[in-house]
Amino acid sequence: MQHDDHHHHHDDHDNHFSEMQARVKALETVLTQKGLIDPAAIDAIVETYETKIGPRNGARVVAKAWTEPDFAEWLTRDATAAIASLGYTGRQGEHMRAVFNTPETHNLIVCTLCSCYPWAVLGLPPVWYKAPPYRARAVIDPRGVLAEFGVTLPESIKIRVWDSTAELRYLVIPERPSGTEHLDAERLADLVTRDAMIGTGLVSSSGDVR
Amino acid sequence: MNGPHDLGGQHGLGPVAPETDEPLFHAEWEKRALGITLSCGAFGAWTIDESRHARENVAPATYLSASYYEIWIRALETLLARHGFVSAAERETGQWLEQGAAPKRVLKAEMVPAVLAAGGPCDRPLAAPAAFRVGERVRTKNFNPQTHTRLPRYARARIGTVEAVQGSFVFPDDNAHGKGENPQWLYTVVFDAAEIWGEGADPSLTVSIDAWESYLDHT
Repeated sequence: MQHDDHHHHHDDHDNHFSEMQARVKALETVLTQKGLIDPAAIDAIVETYETKIGPRNGARVVAKAWTEPDFAEWLTRDATAAIASLGYTGRQGEHMRAVFNTPETHNLIVCTLCSCYPWAVLGLPPVWYKAPPYRARAVIDPRGVLAEFGVTLPESIKIRVWDSTAELRYLVIPERPSGTEHLDAERLADLVTRDAMIGTGLVSSSGDVR
Repeated sequence: MNGPHDLGGQHGLGPVAPETDEPLFHAEWEKRALGITLSCGAFGAWTIDESRHARENVAPATYLSASYYEIWIRALETLLARHGFVSAAERETGQWLEQGAAPKRVLKAEMVPAVLAAGGPCDRPLAAPAAFRVGERVRTKNFNPQTHTRLPRYARARIGTVEAVQGSFVFPDDNAHGKGENPQWLYTVVFDAAEIWGEGADPSLTVSIDAWESYLDHT
């Protein structure tokens, strides 16, 4: 029974996906016929977010902030310019703000009204970030949300949730884990996860926490 | 508008359910949806605020059950019809049936790197000084417009503290409806969870929004 339900659910899911596939295909076809879009531009956009713009950008920002106090200070003062100095600019990163986790405060980013996300440093948002449960709960029950990511913070730590209601895009600078003093910026960047830069994760010295 | 998009604080929507090793796209059509949406945005026929409002107007039951790329596509269909680029009949048949509107530009593949790297900054200079200062207590407006706004319901008629004056930006409540950019000062306003959620609120929690000046009153 359980298996059948599961299977049935997948059929619905697949049917819906093929319905959307047809819907999007029809739109692309007519737009192309009318000369309004260039299918090669679509390929170029997809390739950009598949290969060039993703969380590795943000991880390099974080590692540089951990290893260069002047850069961390620049991030605090003018995150857009500091991040642009690494070549990360543009769409959904035009107005950046960096928020630093401390031993006292943990930061969490959400967009309750839509899906605002710092594309220039983190790439495209994950499905859960854009979906109703996260958007509903992050502002009222962040500890419950964090628990679903396997993150439990002591009650003594304050939680600050940033709702991205305008065009400012937030990047969390997680705390540098202890035991990483010997690592250079490139190795440190390997430890920094996407979720840690949203605030739904922490960075561990072994890189095993999402 | 008090639409299905204004989700902060709603209950009953289930677990967040992060995926392990989540793929960047879950189907081929999602890739095309991303590219088509960005390509059509490049027409210059509508603003990001108008496109957000079109997404908010997806029917609530659909909005809450759709993936975000589906919401994008449904809103894009609305925008393409509204601005005369693709009619409903053309969309349904996938055939060019009528001469439509002409875009300001068509995004070609060779333009993509520069367009993505430039983005669409929406800070605008403003001669008038900011009305509120850092550290000031402010009360958010209580309003329920049927039109676009970026003041979420959970943060209306609440007292908070101005934490930062962020500069002056295009005002989405006007810009979404073709009334001009009408820039205003933007503030980060932080609230104690108890002010928003009342009894039982997490005492360790504060929540901030970025609020345009006209959303705020002096206390």
